[in-house]
Amino acid sequence: MTVTQHIITIAVVALGTMLTRFLPFLVFPAGKPTPKYVQYIGKVLPPAVFSLLVVYCLKNVSLLSAPHGLPEAIAIGVVAALHLWKRQMLLSIAAGTVCYMLLVQLVF
Amino acid sequence: MKRRALKAAFPHTIPILAGYLFLGMTYGIYMGSLGFSFVYPMCTAMIIFAGSMEFVTANLLIGAFNPVQAFLMTLMINARHLFYGLAMLEKYKIPGLKRLYLIFGMADETFSVTCTAEPPEGVDRGWFMFFVTLLDQCYWVAGATIGGLFGMVLNFNTEGLDFVMTAMFVVIFIESWIKEKDHTSALAGLGISVLCLVLFGADGFIIPAMVCIMLALTLLRPRLEKGGEAA
Repeated sequence: MTVTQHIITIAVVALGTMLTRFLPFLVFPAGKPTPKYVQYIGKVLPPAVFSLLVVYCLKNVSLLSAPHGLPEAIAIGVVAALHLWKRQMLLSIAAGTVCYMLLVQLVF
Repeated sequence: MKRRALKAAFPHTIPILAGYLFLGMTYGIYMGSLGFSFVYPMCTAMIIFAGSMEFVTANLLIGAFNPVQAFLMTLMINARHLFYGLAMLEKYKIPGLKRLYLIFGMADETFSVTCTAEPPEGVDRGWFMFFVTLLDQCYWVAGATIGGLFGMVLNFNTEGLDFVMTAMFVVIFIESWIKEKDHTSALAGLGISVLCLVLFGADGFIIPAMVCIMLALTLLRPRLEKGGEAA
């Protein structure tokens, strides 16, 4: 990508983000009821998107070639276990990342 | 009036100060490790100001130029803001240009404070929410910029640092999983995403996955809404 393409990509992302933030205020003047379908999608979409984002992060992991996604699996295990235990977001993220970095730099 | 609002706002942002400095710095270092100048994380922190989307943007910038996919991904990832907006229609009804900035800066953490925290008596609510938003963004921009500078100067082995994004989304996923009563949406999202990844490959699965998720959730509506009422 060229710098111009970088700028366009960042601008497009900024535009999309602003659209999601400003749209409700433009479309639904306060006091009027929101359509039921929109309310429904708002309630059920986030968990599906979080799943999609986890898969997106792992999209380039190859299970067929070494190390068969093992560092990712171990580090995700650390993140999940630590998070279920302590529920400290930053701790879980930091420990999982350090664990992953050690695994890919020193072990695999 | 402004000073009192700033003083009242600051304590509410202290937890966010720690979180944003840490994640912002990681984001900056990550951008640096990808070869970008600190100007990139600094500018994206200022004009995009949506943490998870900025990590995704870093990935978009090192891939092939595809503004349409970038736009659609942004809409999907940030769709939750639509519902923050719906929740804040009344509260953000304040006079002046502050309102535009409040809506612009409505990141997850800021929303959680402006939605729940009450300003002390005698403090203007509009300015209180304005300063919560402004302080939060300052923390994020500072973190991203410092991280970006570190990333350019420090020469340590950053291999594997990109896992911070995976770890962040795994944590968000778990938090969401714990809070939800019905896991249908999370499981449907997982199944559809993996299926689309296998079918379309790493570079082309996002848009089909998004379309299928929207379709599936629309088709599941009778079932999911009934479950929601029963719960």
